[in-house]
Amino acid sequence: MGDEVVLLSIWPSMFGMRVQIALEEKGVKYEYKEEDLINKSALLLKMNPIHKKVPVLIHNGKPVCESSIAVQYIDEVWKDKFPLLPSDPYQRAQARFWADYIDKKIYDAGRKVWTTKGEDQEVGKKEFIDCLKVLEGALGDNPYFGGEEFGFVDVSLVPFYCWFYSYETCGNFSIEAECPKLIAWAKRCRERESVSKSLPDPQKIYDFVLQLKKRIGLE
Amino acid sequence: MAATNTSSDVKLIGAWPSPFVMRPQIALNIKSVGYEFLQEQLGSKSELLLKSNPVHKKIPVLIHGDRPICESLVIVQYIDAVWASGPSILPSDPYDCATARFWAAYIDEKWFPSLSGIAKAQGEEAKKAALDQVVEGLVLLEDAFVKCSKGKAFFGGDTIGYLDIALGCYLGWIRVTEKMNNRKLLDEAKTPNLVTWADKFCSDGSVKDVMPETDKLAEFAKVLMAKFRAPPPN
Repeated sequence: MGDEVVLLSIWPSMFGMRVQIALEEKGVKYEYKEEDLINKSALLLKMNPIHKKVPVLIHNGKPVCESSIAVQYIDEVWKDKFPLLPSDPYQRAQARFWADYIDKKIYDAGRKVWTTKGEDQEVGKKEFIDCLKVLEGALGDNPYFGGEEFGFVDVSLVPFYCWFYSYETCGNFSIEAECPKLIAWAKRCRERESVSKSLPDPQKIYDFVLQLKKRIGLE
Repeated sequence: MAATNTSSDVKLIGAWPSPFVMRPQIALNIKSVGYEFLQEQLGSKSELLLKSNPVHKKIPVLIHGDRPICESLVIVQYIDAVWASGPSILPSDPYDCATARFWAAYIDEKWFPSLSGIAKAQGEEAKKAALDQVVEGLVLLEDAFVKCSKGKAFFGGDTIGYLDIALGCYLGWIRVTEKMNNRKLLDEAKTPNLVTWADKFCSDGSVKDVMPETDKLAEFAKVLMAKFRAPPPN
């Protein structure tokens, strides 16, 4: 069966990384297309006219937008390999709850850390660490958020790990000091090929952040 | 294995004016599952709510057996999966499912904030701009309806589905907003299919007993606004 799978994204996007990890886990062959968000391609605008954002998964010409939705779609289509969502409805609800929490909290809190200074940044740092601590609580003593197996919540959160160095450097704090269990979890995830293939070098992310800060007048 | 439909097994913590609470209610009704409704009071949160949803402290919370499930659309999907022998709520096709989830996310993340933005808008021009934005969103949803329904009565086809629930729960508040601002948000000219859909949705067996009456909701809106309005400066 000839499946045509294309992923539109930008290399530093944590959301794009989620989709990549899911595709890698399932062993799906796909074409990665790097977008330029200043000059959005005709393809992106056609595939995501509502939000005009990346990532967009295109399966046999049909777009799936929003990373969490794309990951669930991938899990449902390629359901015979490495299920990402648990089969038990209650566990599935827990997974969706935490993925939703990550979507609502982590990106904005992290963004505050690298885009602000002084008092605002201190507030941002506290919010960010508080959210990570809640997630650490949810992880408990399990190797992964799903329990024994790598799954949906791990996929949703682990891409932020390559941004941690940037948050720490911009905010002058150590995430490992505050959330050692979470860092241990992230390193464990990174041992999986799907994750190590999809997460860029944290130093490269930091260089990108510095460039972005200059461009939007934050330095 | 037969589903346990005893109402002691299923509890829903909520409040009658909340569109989010209505979502699991409709889902439970679709599945013919009895439940105990635990009404929260405006301005205070019960011990049970705080214990069941320590992260967000918000309604709705479904308690099944003794396990809590939070976030309205997560609850709807849970209900669909647990009582699988009842009518399906989510589409079976993965692509249709992704489409329904996409529009539900759009409704909650983009469209609903524009609806609540109307009450916050100060002055005539800002109000008109806020109302226009809501209508623009509904026009997008009209288009989505045509694509998803494929000529049938609901987003979900012949019966109410996930996206019907996601949007339909706001109809009470849409009607209150129309009344309070003297302007139609759903109208024949721009959103004819949604106008027809809205009536069918509200008169559906799984919806009609949980959709609050517009007048009752309008009264509640006034109480809410008075409670949260800042005192006028001296």
